[in-house]
Amino acid sequence: MLLTEQQRLKEDIGRLVERYGAERSSLIPVLQDVQAEYGQISEYAMQEVADHLGIHPVEVYSVVTFYAFLGETYQGKFVIRLCRTISCDMAGKEKVARQLENDLGITFGQTTKDGKFSLEWANCIGMCDQGPALLVNDHVFTSVTSEKVHDILQLCRKSFGPLAVHDNRHEEARA
Amino acid sequence: MSDQEKANTATSRAPVSQRGHLVKMPTDGTAIGALVTVSIDGQDVKVPLGSTILEAAKQIGVKIPTLCYHEDLCIAGVCRICVVEVEGQRTLQAACAYPITSPLKIHTHTRKVRQSRRRILDLLLSKHYGECYSCFRNTNCELQTLAAEYGVDFFRFGHPDKPSSELDNSSYSVQRDMNKCILCRRCVRTCIDLQEVGVLEAVHRGDKTRISTFMDKPLAEVVCINCGQCINRCPTAALGAADPTDDVWRDINDPTKHVVIQTAPAPRAAIGECFGLPPGTPLTFEMNSALRAIGFDKVFDTNFTADLTIIEEGTELILRLHKALVEKQQVALPQFTSCSPGWVKYIEHFYPEMLPHMSSAKSPQQMFGSVIKTYYAKLNNIDPASIVTVALMPCSAKKFECNRPEMASSGYKDVDYGLVTRELAQMFKEAGIELPKMPKSDFDDPFGTATGSGVIFGATGGVMEAALRTVIELVSGMKVENLYDHANILPVRGFEGIRYVELTIPKVGPVPELLKTNKHLPFDSWDWLAGATLKVAVAHGTANAKKVLEDIKAGGKLSECHFIEFMACPGGCLGGGGMPIPTSPAIRAARAKAIYAEDAAYEVRKSHENPAVIRLYNEFLTDGPNGHTAHHLLHTTYTPRGKYIT
Amino acid sequence: MSANRKGLVTFSTIDPNAALAAAVAKTRAEIIGEVTASKLKGRGGAGFPTGVKWNLAAAAKGDAKYVICNADEGEPGTFKDRVILAEVPDLVFAGMTIGGIAIGAVKGIIYLRGEYTYLREQLESALAKRRAAGLLGPQVMDKAVAFDIEIRMGSGAYVCGEETALIESLEGQRGEPRNRPPFPVDTGFMGQPTIVNNVETFACVAAIFAKGAAWFASIGTEKSTGPKLFSVSGDCARPGVYEFPLGIMVSELLREVGGENAKAVQIGGASGHCVPSSEFTRTLSYEDVSTGGSVMVFGPQRDMLAVAKNFMEFFVEESCGQCTPCREGNAKLLEGIEMLEEGRCSAAYLDELTKLGEVMQLASKCGLGQSSPNAFLSIVSHFQDELMGRTHGLVR
Repeated sequence: MLLTEQQRLKEDIGRLVERYGAERSSLIPVLQDVQAEYGQISEYAMQEVADHLGIHPVEVYSVVTFYAFLGETYQGKFVIRLCRTISCDMAGKEKVARQLENDLGITFGQTTKDGKFSLEWANCIGMCDQGPALLVNDHVFTSVTSEKVHDILQLCRKSFGPLAVHDNRHEEARA
Repeated sequence: MSDQEKANTATSRAPVSQRGHLVKMPTDGTAIGALVTVSIDGQDVKVPLGSTILEAAKQIGVKIPTLCYHEDLCIAGVCRICVVEVEGQRTLQAACAYPITSPLKIHTHTRKVRQSRRRILDLLLSKHYGECYSCFRNTNCELQTLAAEYGVDFFRFGHPDKPSSELDNSSYSVQRDMNKCILCRRCVRTCIDLQEVGVLEAVHRGDKTRISTFMDKPLAEVVCINCGQCINRCPTAALGAADPTDDVWRDINDPTKHVVIQTAPAPRAAIGECFGLPPGTPLTFEMNSALRAIGFDKVFDTNFTADLTIIEEGTELILRLHKALVEKQQVALPQFTSCSPGWVKYIEHFYPEMLPHMSSAKSPQQMFGSVIKTYYAKLNNIDPASIVTVALMPCSAKKFECNRPEMASSGYKDVDYGLVTRELAQMFKEAGIELPKMPKSDFDDPFGTATGSGVIFGATGGVMEAALRTVIELVSGMKVENLYDHANILPVRGFEGIRYVELTIPKVGPVPELLKTNKHLPFDSWDWLAGATLKVAVAHGTANAKKVLEDIKAGGKLSECHFIEFMACPGGCLGGGGMPIPTSPAIRAARAKAIYAEDAAYEVRKSHENPAVIRLYNEFLTDGPNGHTAHHLLHTTYTPRGKYIT
Repeated sequence: MSANRKGLVTFSTIDPNAALAAAVAKTRAEIIGEVTASKLKGRGGAGFPTGVKWNLAAAAKGDAKYVICNADEGEPGTFKDRVILAEVPDLVFAGMTIGGIAIGAVKGIIYLRGEYTYLREQLESALAKRRAAGLLGPQVMDKAVAFDIEIRMGSGAYVCGEETALIESLEGQRGEPRNRPPFPVDTGFMGQPTIVNNVETFACVAAIFAKGAAWFASIGTEKSTGPKLFSVSGDCARPGVYEFPLGIMVSELLREVGGENAKAVQIGGASGHCVPSSEFTRTLSYEDVSTGGSVMVFGPQRDMLAVAKNFMEFFVEESCGQCTPCREGNAKLLEGIEMLEEGRCSAAYLDELTKLGEVMQLASKCGLGQSSPNAFLSIVSHFQDELMGRTHGLVR
């Protein structure tokens, strides 16, 4: 990681801790914001957060690995989470999954080389009556078909518009 | 407040999910409602409100199996092996975690209970790569014992036939074998809650859950202080110590090597446990014979250098006090003891800014190593290169300590191997030696003579008591026995986490000859100490050490201390990470009793009266305590490590 | 059966302000009395009487008390809380405020699942409006009671729907359920007395104060009062959120949603029970088939082993991993399903797995492990013939 980038992360964490309070109960909100901003919670970030909250880095690591939406490895600008639970499964999520993999050239659990897309499974996202459903970052798409996959990805690739919530993310954060 | 309650206070670091939610017990045991009667397997028992089912069962001798439960730790309630049936409850309840607040009817071995326990065992065994034959915990494994008790005659849900994860043997002290881990999380609660070191935690979730370090780094690359408390509390062999016995055997069998062993006080009071004796059965003299029988050339007593440590550390303290009180110079006070290598690494990692407080005196183990490879080698005309020094210690951190690069002031590696109590017991067994039946024999000269002060190094408060005995006599010229009955300075004894004591120096005597041999001594009378009050403290367990350091940083009462003893392990060395497994408060108390009994039996009980120590200064360390030679051989430096290893 | 059952039939007619106004005019004891009289039971699935819970929390001593709304709607097949929060959030906020007054709490927290982050903005603005209108803040409706609500987000962990895991998560820990007792009403968030209720439960509370406990108790059965929302999905013509009185028969519900030819329905989500067509006369109520509201319909063509597999994969991943029966047990059940899939599971081993499932129900630390084998066990007991001796893998 570049020094300037580390400096920015350090300052961001300082601000977040100030906003949420230097208590253990602030841990998850702080991590959520770091994840959203940087696409990952790096080793350095975990140490920094641990220092601020007076806990051990391994405790932060323990929490990060527990929650599906937090992670230490870099996730793309657009994290696509396809629901794999029974109703979406019955509604045909396999076809959608295959199409996503084909169009992005990655499998589930991977991130595209350009750092734009990550593909993840989700467990029930509460859209069971309109499956197959998926989330792109915080946005939900329902009744997704394999054709619709292309449209969704195009919408993301424009990197503006309603889905581009992470535009301010620095590309260097991936290193 | 019981230890259990302490573990449950708001300051406890363990997640609440891993803490027992104990109901506040009424302080007055006779108050109405303070006692509840429950029925366990048809037998009535009256227990204080808030007691757990497990405690109630223990009270009437009903045995309930446990795995994740440990007397020293907060309650987790995760292994579920202790489930019992409570009438009126749909599900089974974990006896270790269920607080009794109303009359209950409890059944501990119904069909439901037995079937559940057996299947829980089967589930654990389906993940536990247990090749019992090749396991150092064979015959001393809680999982194995339970499997025997529950008659496990086949693996209902399978059994791994090969290991799935690699052994982490990066550390000089502690090894982790996750193939044997059953996720009871005792190590997590030991590391985070009991010791507040924070190396181990559960990571990931579901069936991917495992115990790991920060970013899954090897133990040598995280802030592990090597205290080995996790080893003592692991029910299986997932945690163990790095074992040098093969190397020790090899050197014993090498005729060109002169192999000497020094034995620390704590192992003597505990090694009998490995031979079926009750805790606190001292086998000091049987062990001497056994050590010779397996081939050690010389058997020495670490207590000798414990006495030496007292002289060096005590002189250092007096010099610091003089600097502060008379020369009015900035000097780091209180001075911290440096005998416990777990504690040393703790402060290097977590409070590097406070390292100036550390006494520069080496630990007795390391002093011994450098004395043997210099003075002893010269005295006996032995090439130090052919000397192998082995240290029998209660402590896993000693293995790391002897491998510190700076520990080579003799020109050689001062101590070659750190051997722990468990490993020596294994060596004896391998040699067919039944330790309790060995004849008694004494230590070898010239380092056999020790004092009671050296012995009590094995218990928390011991270093402080030994130091006080010496300092009081050296400064006042009075017999310490005149001040404390039998020279037992009781206020510094016990198991209270942090103990604070004030001693007023009643009068001053002449400066003794021993100190005067140091030509740079900046004073020739004790007048500057007349009427002074010495303030000292004792802390054991790094969680307590942390409290002390924080108090000092905040300018609290303990910052006014002159001298503080720190031991990384709860109970001091007798609770060390190399001691026989299991451990509990009662076991540690029994070991302490044996240590204090040994002290009482010594004729000479004060370090400065040890004739061998006096001889060493006369013949070898001729420029006196803290003199140039002493500094070179008996003192060390520290490494500010910080919390992060990059 | 009335004509329109789809959507939030009752809730859309309730005025949250009227409900709150009715409540603030009462004493704390009267509020709890009203909730108790309605015989409202928790809508999350466990069915604990709300009045009893509130009464315990009101009586408990603490420096501060908390009202937590469990909006971690993660049970597969459940989505009614999402609709409530999207359409009538003020009902939930009013219900929470009433809860706060009842137990003496000034702080409420909504624990919203991370998957519903898109709801956050509109919920925040709804809260801001309530503050501006004096419905939240230092003086609720100009009375000497303070109450405010904060939104906290989940991070993708089903187990955080378990109330003590939810509290752990709020405290910055892994979402690992605590030992119980003591219960949150006594030792909850930050060790203080806390009530944790489902989104729909709070909405019901608002409805009770708007229309009266007697009205609420008159709907449903003796032990299962009030209207209930059902999240219906799967093989039916008209999936969606429905409102029925508790006590409705499975077959009636299926007729309403266009799923008459179902071979089975899964009631209560992945942790619920699979009811085969032979038992469609059973009722959805606390005394019969209890549910948080999830109804998943399986048509005649569905492979019940594939269904069981999907559920077990879910639990293997979503178990918190702390207790042995749940961590290892779910993985063993899934392994067993894979053996069935490959047609190499003996009857004796299937029997072992059934016993294992029962042990998990008895010995797991929390509700997740206690209920995770339900689907497997009910599918095995009703569709054994379909599962065993397989030569063809799974049918999709």
